[in-house]
Amino acid sequence: ALPKRVKVVEVGPRDGLQNEKNVVPTPVKINLINMLSETGLQVIEATSFVSPKWVPQMADHTEVMQGIKKLPGISYPVLTPNLKGFQAAVAAGAKEVSIFGAASELFTKKNINCSIEESLERFDEVMTAARAASIPVRGYVSCVLGCPYEGKISAAKVAEVSKKMYSMGCYEISLGDTIGIGTPGSMKEMLTAVMKEVPVGALAVHCHDTYGQALANILVALQMGVSVVDASIAGLGGCPYAQGASGNVATEDLVYMLNGLGIHTGVDLQKLMDTGTFICNALNRRTNSKVSQASCRL
Amino acid sequence: MGTVPSALKHCLSYQHLLKEQLWIGEPAAPHTGQESQASGLPEHIKIVEVGPRDGLQNEKVIVPTDIKIELINRLSKTGLPAIEVTSFVSSKWVPQMADHKEVMRGIQRHPGVQYPVLTPNLQGFHSAIAAGATEVSVFGAASESFSKTNINCSIEESMERFEEVVKSAKNMNIPVRGYVSCALGCPYEGNIIPAKVAEVSKRLYSMGCYEISLGDTIGVGTPGSMKRMLEAVIKEIPLSALAVHCHDTYGQALANILTAIQMGVAVVDSSVAGLGGCPYAKGATGNVATEDVIYMLNGLGINTGVNLYALMEAGNFICTALNKKTNSKVAQASFNTGTMN
Repeated sequence: ALPKRVKVVEVGPRDGLQNEKNVVPTPVKINLINMLSETGLQVIEATSFVSPKWVPQMADHTEVMQGIKKLPGISYPVLTPNLKGFQAAVAAGAKEVSIFGAASELFTKKNINCSIEESLERFDEVMTAARAASIPVRGYVSCVLGCPYEGKISAAKVAEVSKKMYSMGCYEISLGDTIGIGTPGSMKEMLTAVMKEVPVGALAVHCHDTYGQALANILVALQMGVSVVDASIAGLGGCPYAQGASGNVATEDLVYMLNGLGIHTGVDLQKLMDTGTFICNALNRRTNSKVSQASCRL
Repeated sequence: MGTVPSALKHCLSYQHLLKEQLWIGEPAAPHTGQESQASGLPEHIKIVEVGPRDGLQNEKVIVPTDIKIELINRLSKTGLPAIEVTSFVSSKWVPQMADHKEVMRGIQRHPGVQYPVLTPNLQGFHSAIAAGATEVSVFGAASESFSKTNINCSIEESMERFEEVVKSAKNMNIPVRGYVSCALGCPYEGNIIPAKVAEVSKRLYSMGCYEISLGDTIGVGTPGSMKRMLEAVIKEIPLSALAVHCHDTYGQALANILTAIQMGVAVVDSSVAGLGGCPYAKGATGNVATEDVIYMLNGLGINTGVNLYALMEAGNFICTALNKKTNSKVAQASFNTGTMN
């Protein structure tokens, strides 16, 4: 049986914009987040407290964090790759943070220049500080259905890393199909392994639509009891591993499907589409959301 | 998270991973089908390729006859079991299909591959047979308004027209496939009740259509409405005689197809490169891309007999000829990782 309610985690302002070529001006980012706050979304990932040397798009993290209108009942998590980032985030007013692990050694090495084990030690520092400050931490696991460097990733490895992060104190684990290569078959296999180690209520899926499989993969996850789904407004964010290919699944298309399934999200699809139109105009690009494309004639 | 070197595009591991997913050049799929069996999914799914007809019909540019023939010939080499070739409809209504006779006569037919054609009425049927057709399709709808607007008659009148075709076809041992449009919604009427879809499907099946393809014509359906519609239709028609024809206008096609195959449907229509826009929503997409469907089915361990690489090459051919970008995400991603040269 499908969940009656699904929590949609909007990652457009962070994961989406991070993978867009043009650097977006701070006021546009702030307006985007403010508009998203009016749609009924309960969680909006605002920015990333990472060094601007690595991610220039997120250089204005402090200004964004301090500039947005924070509505009651809405969470605005931010990425914090290490203790330094965590402290900067808290100083800027963050009340929830996220840490990014991976199920692939090579991906971890290439991305953050250390092993999985070392990355978890780094995160442990963040966890300790977060606990002391009563700040909830969300854990991401990348490459859960495949890795651009290692290729195939075993479901057991994903389960192992997820379990470690959950045991460390992450309240939720978001399982990311980073290159969008997964299908309902591999999604099911991976979730079956992970659900042996982490309660399904603490799991989320973060599907990329690079091979068009995202909604089908999300459907399978829902059928297995997952009730938290990440998505990006207008499908913002390409794929750094396949030039010209798409990345995140579009929030509009996800909400359309959930509406059709009678699953409650609290999100107003029209307001969501209006927000997507805003950011696409600002970025001077076409939307990646099919629902938006289809509704354009109105 | 950080920036990625472009050298990654040629990363061997990624290519290997993709090759596993795409199942290149393996005549028999590496999976024994046990995977799909265990999950209750069909072991084998028949793909009906509608690109040359439904796809091209909804493309703005008129495609030269030789390009159409080349496309069909290439598709014939991919392992696809059925390729809808053209439509014997008046060229006044559908200029894209005006060369139906030349296309029918010009293609190289592969043994074991079906080449159905659309025949809206008896006149079209005779013309199709004269041109060498060995299978035909008739197009009904679950919506009165759609029927009136599209073919200028009521559903009942259209059924009478089709009965003539089916009768003649039966006499000549020509199989007839029946389509039901607007199965999950109508551009004019909006919501369509499942019982109506079941009624029209039953009518077509009883008159002698061997297969009923249920079409989400405007792509508005979701796994929720797909399930409800199929539950109603399955009461009237054996599962093995059902097919789904999903449009991806709202990005729901693969999720809807997955729902259908979870319910036991084992025939899926799709269009190479996702050819064919939607005439009801300007700029929106239409048919689901065959490449993306095959990719999903491969990942589920379901056998289709189709070589995805060959299919992508056929898709690349027609997109180049049409001077347009593919609508297939698999093709978009694969052509850009250096996997396809």
